[in-house]
Amino acid sequence: MEKTYNNKAWLLVIPVVILVALSAIIPIMTVVNYSVQDTFGGNKFFWVGTEWFTDVLRSERFHNALGRNLLFSFIILCIEIPLGIWIALSMPKKGIWVPVCLIMMALPLLIPWNVVGTIWQIFGRGDIGLLGHTMGLLGIDYNYTNNIFDAWVTIIIMDVWHWTSLVVLLCYAGLVSIPEAYYQAARIDGASKWSVFRYIQLPKMRGVLIIAFLLRFMDSFMIYTEPFVLTGGGPGNSTTFLSIDLVKQAIGQFDLGPAAAMSLIYQLIVLLICYIFFTVMSNVGVDKPAKETAE
Amino acid sequence: MLELRNLSKKVGTSIHINDVSMKLEKGSLNVLLGSTLSGKTSLMRLMAGLDKPTSGEILMDGESVLKTPVQKRNIAMVYQQFINYPGFTVYENIASPMRVAGIDKKTIDIKVREAADLMKLTPYLDRGVLNLSGGQQQRTALARALVKGAELVLLDEPLANLDYKLREELRIELPRIFAETGAIFIYATTEPQEALLLGGRTATLHEGCVTQFGTTIDVYNKPSNLETAQTFSDPPMNVIPMQKQGSKFVFSQGQVDCPKDLQSLADGPYSIGIRPHHLMLSPSNEASHKIEAPVSTTEIAGSETFIHVLQGDLKLVVLTHGVHRVEIGDQISIYMNPSKFFIFDEHDVLVSAPRTEGVA
Amino acid sequence: MAQITLDKLAHSYLANPKTDSDFALKEIDYVWDDGGAYALLGPSGCGKTTLLNIISGLLVPSKGKILFDDRDVTTFQPEQRNIAQVFQFPVIYDTMTVRQNLEFPLKNRHVAPHEISKRVEEMIEVLDLGDKANFKARGLTADEKQKISLGRGLVRYDVNAILFDEPLTVIDPHMKWQLRTKLKELHRQFNHTMIYVTHDQTEALTFADKVVVMYDGEVVQIGTPEELFDEPKHTFVGYFIGSPGMNIIPADVAGNQATIGSHSVDLKGNYPDLTGKVELGIRPEFVSLNNISSGIPAKVTGVDDIGRFKIVHATIDSIEVNIVLNEGECIPSDPKITFETSRINIYKDDHLVYPLVNGRGL
Repeated sequence: MEKTYNNKAWLLVIPVVILVALSAIIPIMTVVNYSVQDTFGGNKFFWVGTEWFTDVLRSERFHNALGRNLLFSFIILCIEIPLGIWIALSMPKKGIWVPVCLIMMALPLLIPWNVVGTIWQIFGRGDIGLLGHTMGLLGIDYNYTNNIFDAWVTIIIMDVWHWTSLVVLLCYAGLVSIPEAYYQAARIDGASKWSVFRYIQLPKMRGVLIIAFLLRFMDSFMIYTEPFVLTGGGPGNSTTFLSIDLVKQAIGQFDLGPAAAMSLIYQLIVLLICYIFFTVMSNVGVDKPAKETAE
Repeated sequence: MLELRNLSKKVGTSIHINDVSMKLEKGSLNVLLGSTLSGKTSLMRLMAGLDKPTSGEILMDGESVLKTPVQKRNIAMVYQQFINYPGFTVYENIASPMRVAGIDKKTIDIKVREAADLMKLTPYLDRGVLNLSGGQQQRTALARALVKGAELVLLDEPLANLDYKLREELRIELPRIFAETGAIFIYATTEPQEALLLGGRTATLHEGCVTQFGTTIDVYNKPSNLETAQTFSDPPMNVIPMQKQGSKFVFSQGQVDCPKDLQSLADGPYSIGIRPHHLMLSPSNEASHKIEAPVSTTEIAGSETFIHVLQGDLKLVVLTHGVHRVEIGDQISIYMNPSKFFIFDEHDVLVSAPRTEGVA
Repeated sequence: MAQITLDKLAHSYLANPKTDSDFALKEIDYVWDDGGAYALLGPSGCGKTTLLNIISGLLVPSKGKILFDDRDVTTFQPEQRNIAQVFQFPVIYDTMTVRQNLEFPLKNRHVAPHEISKRVEEMIEVLDLGDKANFKARGLTADEKQKISLGRGLVRYDVNAILFDEPLTVIDPHMKWQLRTKLKELHRQFNHTMIYVTHDQTEALTFADKVVVMYDGEVVQIGTPEELFDEPKHTFVGYFIGSPGMNIIPADVAGNQATIGSHSVDLKGNYPDLTGKVELGIRPEFVSLNNISSGIPAKVTGVDDIGRFKIVHATIDSIEVNIVLNEGECIPSDPKITFETSRINIYKDDHLVYPLVNGRGL
């Protein structure tokens, strides 16, 4: 449906435009500026063109960080999406427990991200953390500060705990909108629970699953606060994701040029992968273009 | 008067509305008749201003309204799904357009009660609108359209979700109520019977084009082409492809004499349309041409019977009075009356229609 | 196929129903023949969908029993009752093709593959879906989707009854017509017991061998389309069936005469003296408008021309009467109304009264 053109609406948009310009566009242009220049100090810059970009793209440090991000996102998606669907399927659709479940699911999403990191940091400590101490009592050698595997497992579980609810809530919304008649027809057809899931629930959740997938991918790929607070990128650089590496370079080492270049490349990678995902997922299962309905 | 000039609407590569031109007079009742995807709703949305046309003009009393946003136009629209403000009572629903226009409370009260009275909603004024039955909710939507005193009232299949009998009742009330307001009344429907019962003028739509626009009974009796004839037929018209050879029409099951006044038609292929109730089970002076065919199905509807026959590739439906018990497979004789033929040429354009008897 | 018995069946959506009005479905006692085509006809809220859901097993009744042949299936789930149901809007498995949709119920019941393909091919033929058999079901039109819904019920061997819940609601009028005819053909061919819920009397009358007319949770009359048309036992049936419905005219009845306003009408027999709400019922098809001097003078207030016939609205002493005129008949200049005597029904308090036979009432 097309909306009728109303020029006055543009006036309402001006405040937002100013805000976005100040908080986003100008800083981004600054970054672009830095990414093509170098300095010997004393605030004097000179043009180096694409030198930083080629440096970054060739650096092993960059490739390693990128690899960690891809691995992390892959694991997160493999766990959170099926888990989210499963929880959504198990939630009641009617009755008094519905609001209770929904609130419980929403709680982890409301916690500020650095607080999440802090919670798990303390939780995992061997001396005062519940998890760390219990692991010690069970005789399991658990230390996320100097064991790479433990650090990764902790970060993954922390993210799952934090964000699966988003997938759950999205899938639940999709499930609740399926008319009862479909389930009735499936019962009459003698369909098993798996068939009902595969042929009715999953197809009808396609729209919300695409959104859930994209959101989780983007957020997990750009993750910063939680692992930073938890491990600071360690042990060594085993949990140094692209975002953390970026900050280290820009603020820690004050290498503005390469950091700026890396941040632009990072952004482009995210955009590219999202675009591919979205195009592929929207077209899966569509065999011929639907005829536009003349209403 | 509302005038549409060469109105077209394209979305991507599909054409929703194709070169429509119509003139709608004040106080007239106009029916848009067509199947589900024919473009009725698209056309109504263009008339209301909810969509912009790709090309063409819409003029209200001579002035173009294309640039006027829909909120400024004086229109009212009622939909198939009873659309009301869910949080409001019936009273508040009916009052809402007037409240938005800033009319004083006293006038609002008088008008709301007037409209509620016309729609028989007075005992329900204080009820939450979602607690009412379907018919009552739709009446509320209609009352809300009524109080606006709009110049253009658009009803998009408003009775489709209602019970059969309720539909009959409202169908009689609606035109009467809206005629008194002097508005241009546009009613979209898929059912030919409804168009006939409403009267007024009818525009038949097919794939985005208006195939014919005229007095309803004229469009019914003289459809300008085959699409119009089939859109405006319930039950569907029987269509038999025939070849005219001299003074006879030849078809797969035999031949029929050509009526005298049609003998001057050129020889060649034609499509002959004949309505189910013009096929007879017994011969008469006019209905003399016989076809023998086996029965494939019968349906008894109260005091009428539909008999379907299938002979080779010829499928016919006969509608007769009374209850006729025939078995499937029985051979029956059907008599055709050539003076009741609708003759369409090879481009599906009407060449001849049966003469209609005068009505006192 | 099965004979369906309703044994003192009633249902209330409330936990503790006390009065009659608490029951959405009032007590019903009836046997439906094996292989019959039945229609449940009535306005919204009359209880027909409740009854259908009890028969299909989606609802367990608060009182009474339901039996398939001799088995008590009252508490059985739908899957155990071997019924098929077609809903108001087409329910199909989007991701499957037409063929796969039809194979699904048979696959779930572990039928042998060659049997499955045989039955499915047959069904595709019967439903005229041959050229679309390998298309994804999602891309089909509404009526084709409904055919698939129907097909999934018909492919099964073990179907006791097929239940239809207003299945033609989303279909266009001329497709409605074709689909209705197809349903009738399928009924003849396969001979399943078919129960069809609708509020459209044309659908009910053309489809069913017997129509169950319901109103306000009660079964008002069960009969063949002709019986319901000629002798409605209740004024509601007279009003609901027929378009336009029966004329219900207040009258005084004594002996073999009825008095409408100041005019006298002959009746087909002698009636006992009647008190209370007495009405004369006659269908517009059996009222004639002509110049016969013995007719009742009437005033014509409006005419609806619907091509096939005309509906003339007239009044006798300000009492409204509808008359159906066939195509070609004209309205006389001095209109007089005559009623076809054998078609007049007399009602007392909305119920049909029979004329006395040999001085005694029925």
